[in-house]
Amino acid sequence: METKRLIIVAVGGQGNLLASKVLGEAALLSGVPVRMSEIHGMAQRGGVVESAIIFGDAESTIISDGEADLLVSFEPSETLRALKRCNSNTVVITNLSPLPPFTVAIGKGTYPDLSEAQKLIRKKTARLIAFDAVKLAAEAGNVMAVNMALVGALIQTGIIPLSAENVKTAIRTRTKKTFVDINLKAFDFGYKAAEKEN
Amino acid sequence: MHKLLTDQPGLEMLLLGNEAIARGALEAGVAFASTYPGTPSSEISLNFFQISKECNLYFEYSTNEKVALEVAAAAANSGVRSMCIMKHVGMNVAADTLMTLAYVGVKAGLVILTADDPFMFSSQNEQDNRYYGKLSGLPIIEPSSVSEAKEMTAAAFALSEKLKEPVILRTTTRINHSTAAVKLSDIGQRKPAGDFQKDPFNLVTVPAVSRKLHVKLLENISKAEELSNTSEYNFIEGSGEWGIICNGVSRNYVLDAISDLAIKDKIKVLRIGFSHPMPGKIIKSFLEGCSKVLIAEEGEPFMEEAVKAFAQEAGLTLPIAGKGKSLFSRLYEFDPAMVRKTIADFFGISYTQKKSVETADIPEIPQRPPNLCAGCSHRAAFYAIKQATKGMETIYPTDIGCYTLGFLPPLSMGDFLICMGSSVGTSCGFSQVTDKKVIALIGDSTFFHSGVSGLINAVFNNHDFTLVILDNRTTAMTGHQPNPGVDMKELSYDGYNQISIETLVKALGVQHVSVIRPYNIKKSITAIREAIEFKGVSVIIAQEKCSLYAKSLKQLRGKAFFVSDKCKNHKDCINELACPAFFIEEEKVGINPSLCVGCAVCAQICPEHAILPLKNKD
Repeated sequence: METKRLIIVAVGGQGNLLASKVLGEAALLSGVPVRMSEIHGMAQRGGVVESAIIFGDAESTIISDGEADLLVSFEPSETLRALKRCNSNTVVITNLSPLPPFTVAIGKGTYPDLSEAQKLIRKKTARLIAFDAVKLAAEAGNVMAVNMALVGALIQTGIIPLSAENVKTAIRTRTKKTFVDINLKAFDFGYKAAEKEN
Repeated sequence: MHKLLTDQPGLEMLLLGNEAIARGALEAGVAFASTYPGTPSSEISLNFFQISKECNLYFEYSTNEKVALEVAAAAANSGVRSMCIMKHVGMNVAADTLMTLAYVGVKAGLVILTADDPFMFSSQNEQDNRYYGKLSGLPIIEPSSVSEAKEMTAAAFALSEKLKEPVILRTTTRINHSTAAVKLSDIGQRKPAGDFQKDPFNLVTVPAVSRKLHVKLLENISKAEELSNTSEYNFIEGSGEWGIICNGVSRNYVLDAISDLAIKDKIKVLRIGFSHPMPGKIIKSFLEGCSKVLIAEEGEPFMEEAVKAFAQEAGLTLPIAGKGKSLFSRLYEFDPAMVRKTIADFFGISYTQKKSVETADIPEIPQRPPNLCAGCSHRAAFYAIKQATKGMETIYPTDIGCYTLGFLPPLSMGDFLICMGSSVGTSCGFSQVTDKKVIALIGDSTFFHSGVSGLINAVFNNHDFTLVILDNRTTAMTGHQPNPGVDMKELSYDGYNQISIETLVKALGVQHVSVIRPYNIKKSITAIREAIEFKGVSVIIAQEKCSLYAKSLKQLRGKAFFVSDKCKNHKDCINELACPAFFIEEEKVGINPSLCVGCAVCAQICPEHAILPLKNKD
């Protein structure tokens, strides 16, 4: 099976580990070989959390710079920071709602201009899908569902061999019961947002 | 029921490496486990802790790795299958026990897990613990994948019982923290009750006994070498005249590279999973069929040294390389592209590497350094210490925990750090040879782990420094594990005792001991000043529950604060505390109410008293 490499970056607490878990479970359901790894040592302390997920035939659980087929980013400045993981064929999906690092919040750094950033990413990669996932999550019923909105957009690209149905089954079985409906809604909103970006 | 107790053999489950290891141990019938928590091994223990509350598995968080290994060694010498879990540097603490336990051996299986951390994602060094196998004479096995981690853990118990020696199971972060599908097998029968048979002439390591035991250990190493030579974990894949010898996660990168470079018909791979003793016979016969051999291993040239020695014994002169310039590095962790490039260069294969996008024109991205949490009591304590020592020349030896982050500006608390407990020991030396005021910083769990022995030394030798024990009532850094100072009743666990740090410190003979509540800044500063003025060893216990821990216990009672219009923009709050709840909007300081835990430290230091409880806002 063709190998597809996905990197997910987020700030601690944004729920990217749950997104990885849902994708992993969906792969297991679909009979797609999957391997993942994560670095989350400082997650609780405002650091960056990165997951690598490799679908298809490969043994490695990590992804080298320039070798991601997909980058999903929960935070726009982190999208820029992770850009070295991409090549000219990479599809990038990013949330546009910023979570400025503390350094910026206290005036000790400048947050990059977002429209400029999007132009740069579009120029350098195959495709950019950019939308306000926090807004979609809020519309779905809870801002914490940002992760599911981004997963929805990811599945819409069709690049990883997982059907929307299997991912939704994973959402039903692997996310908290009280959030399942909101999560499914957020997934659909993200899916539609990616269609519009086409 | 805990998911790792799922009794459905054949079921495929997505497991974290650390979960797979815990499951493997359960399938082998592990009945006893001990640990001191440390990343990247922590989740193994966390799972055992949870499981031990549901069945007859005994599990304990021990005070340090040496104690943990002794606890497990006794269980294993009483016929109970045991496991002891630690991060790589924990093995240094346990080494005294390990070295002579190898002489004594075990009656039931004992597996010692060491989780190495190449690249130091969360460690102070990246030592390669395979050398502990060589140093102690104990067998080492190393998995390459998550599913193999489960298989090998189970097999390690059988190996340990066959050799009557502990077995070292060595992982790296990318095994512990990777996730993959794992097929479950049956859960083994647990026998938690043991019996100890007296046998002092084999179990009491006085010189006359140890001279005999060392002979036995050497015999066991020979037996282990035979097993290594027939082990299913040392296997050859593919064929061709080029050879690669690899271990652990390197194997995955090697296999992916071979497929990417399309050299499957030219190359064979020897994966070493039983890496101490090295399988000499397998290696010699592998080398004989090769024109050129590359050794792919993260860390030190452990296999490379052995392979070169075997080649010499066999009279083989083929090129064998591993570490070196334009080859593999001894630094950090490997990645697939780097391994592919090294293989291509070494065997002279041309290929085109995927190119990263150009990043030179990307605007500078602000750093996102880890920070002490909003309302962290360590921040309050650091601020109070800074105020109390204003104008003084100071040295702050620090230690391992969340508070290590205090070394970053603006708190800048932390001048010297080596390992767990080193703040106290090094303070003895600094205070002896310098004129500066020495103030040591250590957390509660680290104090119990190895700080207390330094304090005993300080009292006995009459050193002159102040020890601040940052007692946040839990082991926060690794995920809120219990330590001897934790109130286990609060966590609804019976059957534990709680040790008072204050009583302990006083009992050691420390003449000046004070307990402060760091959120009370004024009183804290006064108490710290008094402690610093005291000639001799003084101890400050800064006691306040970790705010994340308090939140998880639903004990967080503070209410959020806001910056009122009395603010004259001194920005002392931001510049001196750097609490992540602050932000600046239109040149004015604000407080994010969803982050603020209401510690009120900023409210106490604001020169205009402009920071007020949110409930007072109109």
